[in-house]
Amino acid sequence: MSLKEAGLIYKTAREIRGPLIFVEGVRDVAYDEVVKVITPDGEEVLGSVLDVSKDYALIQVYGETSGMDLNVGVHFTGETMKIPVSDELIGRVFSGSFEPLDGMPRPLSTDERDIHGGVINPAARAVPSEFIQTGISAIDGMNSLVRGQKLPIFSESGLPHNQLAAQIARQATIPGREEEFAIVFAAMGIKHEEAEFFRREFERTGALSRSVMILNLADDPPIERLITPRIAQTVAEYLAFDLGMHILVILTDMTNYAEALRSISIAREEIPTRKGYPGYLYSDLATIYERAGRIKGKKGSITLMPILTMPGGDITHPVPDLTGYITEGQLILQRDLFLRGIYPPMNVLPSLSRLMKDGIGEGRTRKDHADVSNQLYMAYAEGTRARGLVRIVGVVGLSERERRYLEFADRFEREFVNQGYYENRTIEQTLDIAWNLLAMLPEDDLIRIREEYIKEFHPKYRRAG
Amino acid sequence: MIRGVIERINGSLVIAQFEAEPKIGDLVEVGNLGLMGEIVRLSGERAAIQCYEVTSGIKPGEPVLDTGRPLAAELGPGLMGTILDGVERSELKLWEIAGPFITRGVRIAPLDREKKWYFEPKVEVGAKVVGGDIIGVVQETEYFQHRILVPPGMEGKVTEIYEGEFTVEEPVGKLKTPEGEEELKMMQVWPVRVPRPYKERLPLVSPLLTGQRVIDTFFPVAKGGAAAIPGGFGTGKTVMLQQISKWADADIIVLIGCGERGNEMADVVTHFPELTDPRTGRKLIERTVIVANVSNMPISAREASIYLGVTLAEYYRDQGYDVAVMADSTSRWAEALRDLSGRLEEIPAERGFPAYLADRIAGIYERAGRVVTLGSERRIGSVTIIGAVSPPGGDFSEPVTTHTLRFIGTFWALDTELAFRRHFPAINWLRSFSRYIDVASRWWSQYDAAWAAMRARALELLEEASEIEETARIIGEKALPDEQRLILLIAEMIREGFLVQNAFHEVDTYCEAEKQVKLLKAILRFYDSVEPLVRKGIPIERVREMRVITEIMRLKERRGVEAIERVMGLITEQARALAEEYGVI
Repeated sequence: MSLKEAGLIYKTAREIRGPLIFVEGVRDVAYDEVVKVITPDGEEVLGSVLDVSKDYALIQVYGETSGMDLNVGVHFTGETMKIPVSDELIGRVFSGSFEPLDGMPRPLSTDERDIHGGVINPAARAVPSEFIQTGISAIDGMNSLVRGQKLPIFSESGLPHNQLAAQIARQATIPGREEEFAIVFAAMGIKHEEAEFFRREFERTGALSRSVMILNLADDPPIERLITPRIAQTVAEYLAFDLGMHILVILTDMTNYAEALRSISIAREEIPTRKGYPGYLYSDLATIYERAGRIKGKKGSITLMPILTMPGGDITHPVPDLTGYITEGQLILQRDLFLRGIYPPMNVLPSLSRLMKDGIGEGRTRKDHADVSNQLYMAYAEGTRARGLVRIVGVVGLSERERRYLEFADRFEREFVNQGYYENRTIEQTLDIAWNLLAMLPEDDLIRIREEYIKEFHPKYRRAG
Repeated sequence: MIRGVIERINGSLVIAQFEAEPKIGDLVEVGNLGLMGEIVRLSGERAAIQCYEVTSGIKPGEPVLDTGRPLAAELGPGLMGTILDGVERSELKLWEIAGPFITRGVRIAPLDREKKWYFEPKVEVGAKVVGGDIIGVVQETEYFQHRILVPPGMEGKVTEIYEGEFTVEEPVGKLKTPEGEEELKMMQVWPVRVPRPYKERLPLVSPLLTGQRVIDTFFPVAKGGAAAIPGGFGTGKTVMLQQISKWADADIIVLIGCGERGNEMADVVTHFPELTDPRTGRKLIERTVIVANVSNMPISAREASIYLGVTLAEYYRDQGYDVAVMADSTSRWAEALRDLSGRLEEIPAERGFPAYLADRIAGIYERAGRVVTLGSERRIGSVTIIGAVSPPGGDFSEPVTTHTLRFIGTFWALDTELAFRRHFPAINWLRSFSRYIDVASRWWSQYDAAWAAMRARALELLEEASEIEETARIIGEKALPDEQRLILLIAEMIREGFLVQNAFHEVDTYCEAEKQVKLLKAILRFYDSVEPLVRKGIPIERVREMRVITEIMRLKERRGVEAIERVMGLITEQARALAEEYGVI
């Protein structure tokens, strides 16, 4: 029997610095091994090994270290961090470190998975190409989501990103098929009422019975947030690639996650890059986000929707910036649209879905979809430019053309982007609204739409036909 | 082979004590799993190892083994159309062996040891050969003829040469060298961090044609040159590089996905086999090698992936081919450098990057070039390197972008504003530049002697338009004189009718050279036809109403150049009609 199995507990902590504990005289400890830190009053807190040498180990603790002293006990478990997986996870609610919060017993399974997961071999990936109809025009029409995509919502505090995510979770469907998404929901540092909002929403729509919720709330230990999204992705991988389910993963709020990572980095005295974040923030975020996707020969899929709030609405802030470099696009919510009463307050111009091209067109949505979307972008950009001009020269200073585009932009926001929280539009409805708006413009201006599509879908010819 | 013991593990950095002094750059097997690593720092028998695989679960006290060899690429038939990771393992094979998730400690020989290739000799017994000489060929894919070379540094007299089916390790002949008899094989090994030798560098003479108008006409890159494409996220770097990979008139494409998205690599692997090369009619995948080290793979292997890609390119160059390397993204590679430098506790320079960042960037781009290869017959090959840069916050003043600019000849500045209005490729025509205009002018003059003048004029109009727009932003377009409003109209026509190119439109995705010239000519012809009319007082609104404008802007979607000739006629006709209406002939 090895010392570990005997439950060896080291009492050799030499330093506690923020979330880090430095232990001396350790033997046979592995990098990344899970640690249990036992406080003088017998409480156990999880940690893992960040740096290990022949005779010391540096441990990051996922709970609170305040109140601990150098008399803590440290037990090395000999394992990297794993969670038990089975179909019984479905419908359950857990804490950010996978303790049951629903009063039910801990899940048991002989099948345990490392929460860091593996890397999907790029050669084994299937290209995501199934259009998901969310019923929201600004998404379906202009930034279409496909199964297996990772598409974040960039928002600001106070904006209705939770409602939008809940609406997507409620309405998302593959047209023509009656498969529903199961939801894995992970909260990092959000408020109780926000978590409660999601729980109620999922309960009301019946989604709760096919959801797994993993909650680290605002008053839970911040460092625990480092493992919460990884647990969520591990559950999602099991459900998707072992059980063949289609999973929508919602991670909110990734900014809180990144802040936890930053505090570890600062405690380790690493060289910071921008705003104190470590240089490996990009790679670290990638190890969470890149677990989404599809695998050839497997039925299930993981579609990922991280939500993050941009501090100060600044899209160049490291968290949204690096996220945007990893994810396949982004949906951007903006305060000025919100103040004008537009729901969802999505600014489509900086929003993007990179995988849209594979998911739309003939046989998927409609053949004119790509061109229409392209033309809407151009016209709306033109309109917002005119809107900027109005502030300086007034409406009277605009040319007739500019005035037309200004009106287009206003109507586009009110009629196309704006819709009800319970309004579920089909893709045909979305495209028809688009055509009605484009009909405001001279036909010669519709330069991004193929002529044959104009003849087929322009209201002018449709009415005649 | 020197043995050692692990002392410390800190992420991808492993410190080990060896029995004897190893060499820096040596490849090491780390821990009981035998993970791959490379020695990056040495102090006597103590070495710092950069580990290419995840180190979770590894303990101090586990063994390390120095292989005595540097990180090297295996070169030979069997790489074309494959997808490799940063250390040249075939990801298709990895999938076969270990399932859809990458497993640690799996060793795969880069070149298939079982597969037999039909070797057709090109030398006879008794011939004297030197390094770089072609001893035979293998038809690797229907499109690609792999030329088997005498490895650099080897020379002698051919004593035996065989024809037939061989594996890459079997001898295809024998060479009598001053040192004795050596076997000739189809496989060679070359350390990735060392540039492959050549005889002489040559001046660049022709542009790399990409079928992308904004590149070919306005900001061309020469074969053997280097280009950088920086841009914030969503500005279209990846689509641009994929477009170039698809349509560039290079013989071989090496596509390096360095720290980027897995789905994008899957996209290439899925779609390239469906696409045909417009010049040869062959499937694009037959001339493409993919190195895919995606963002959630260990950061250290990212660093190696670029060197691997460039080494492969040089090897094909040595066979006399024009090779284009796409590296997406060099910023992720630089981050890998930064990560390792931080773990080694080096003093950082700008933004945490090590002080040697500029040297490393230069080291990569300098491997581009057009050269006379080794070998007794004169053979010319080239490597063009195109690197994407992902500046944080889209800020071009950050170190990777600024250092890159020093070492490249063409700069395609991607613009967020253009991307927002879905003006793709979102290459900003005012901020981009090309130092290969002279080379391009000579080449393009075969289509039109006035090419350089036309290009300069179009750029001038665009620049003038941007100045006028500045004014318009203050006083409104309506208040501008009609001559200036005409320039705005022409600029819009150049933008929409020429610069904007739809990568997903069946015709527009590729624009042949002749069409590019004629298209630009048509737009300028329109300007020359209506400019005198506006000067003589015909209102700009009437000019805007001319039907031919839409015709011109739609020309790019029409196949071939016949439609352009027809529209040229329409321009003259409609301009004359307008003039007659106002009596200003």
